[in-house]
Amino acid sequence: MLIQILISLFALFALWRIFLKKRKSELKTSEYLIWLILWLAIGIIVWIPNATQKLADLLGIGRGVDLVLYISIIILFYLIFRIYIHLEKIERNITKVVRKDALDEK
Amino acid sequence: MTKDKIFVVIPAYNEAKRISTVITDLLKHNYQIVVVDDGSTDNTWQILQNFPITKMRHKINRGQGATLQTGTDYAFQAGAEIIVHFDGDGQFVAEEIYQAIQPIISQTADIVLGSRFLTRNHKIPAFKKYIILPISKIINYFFTGLKLTDAHCGFRAMNRAAASKIHITQDGMSHNTEIVAQIKKHDLKYKEVPVTVIYHEFGQGISGGFKIIRELLLDKLIK
Repeated sequence: MLIQILISLFALFALWRIFLKKRKSELKTSEYLIWLILWLAIGIIVWIPNATQKLADLLGIGRGVDLVLYISIIILFYLIFRIYIHLEKIERNITKVVRKDALDEK
Repeated sequence: MTKDKIFVVIPAYNEAKRISTVITDLLKHNYQIVVVDDGSTDNTWQILQNFPITKMRHKINRGQGATLQTGTDYAFQAGAEIIVHFDGDGQFVAEEIYQAIQPIISQTADIVLGSRFLTRNHKIPAFKKYIILPISKIINYFFTGLKLTDAHCGFRAMNRAAASKIHITQDGMSHNTEIVAQIKKHDLKYKEVPVTVIYHEFGQGISGGFKIIRELLLDKLIK
């Protein structure tokens, strides 16, 4: 019961922060919607008894918690991969700028 | 082919100890010399000021591949007919350049690649020779489809046509493989030529090799 309340409160907090960022135009509409739906879903699912357990049983996984962990890890891997690619692109752009500077000063 | 159209591009990172010797040797041959300082933290850049050569500087260190491309871009814009890549650490022998570029001059090749294994006189550290290099040949073949006797030699020379087609995007050491892959992609005429390599230091070891493989895989994902 307590954990549900805590998570719901945190979800409300997260929604508030997201809303603020959207208002300051720091978030794209697509990202805003994704995060909005994610936190609303978390806030709701946490009140459905055994929601994760039911889903886990459906998928053939032991416990609801395990399911959440597996999904989280997959999402994290994917996000890290995206970050890695982005970093590489940034490095290449830095090289382009450094190169232009070197050639211009020649 | 006049020597003022032959440009030797030298990438240099913290080569204060050796760059003077390298440049002095090359100056005896009247090539156009282009040294690119890749953000050295020692006084490589100051030393370069003493020589009547073309010198330029990456303000931030970018890696050998990036440095070679910068020098190559300059040489190309300056009207080079032949562009030579020559290490700045004294591993290569200036006298061998002339012989190495003959296939380009006689137009039997667009690009020549140095090979340590076409001559008898090379003192390569045993671990490198029997383990690292054979593995690098297999990896090179996997990524490029070309069978070379030496997959990873920094000595090469190309004509203008090749230079217009080859563009190094790998900032680090995997440019060696990237260039070979582009030779295949653009169907350039290539030839391996024997070069002597003097090992003062080990060069790329196993961790260097892993970094190269990682860079090549990442590159495939980005494209």
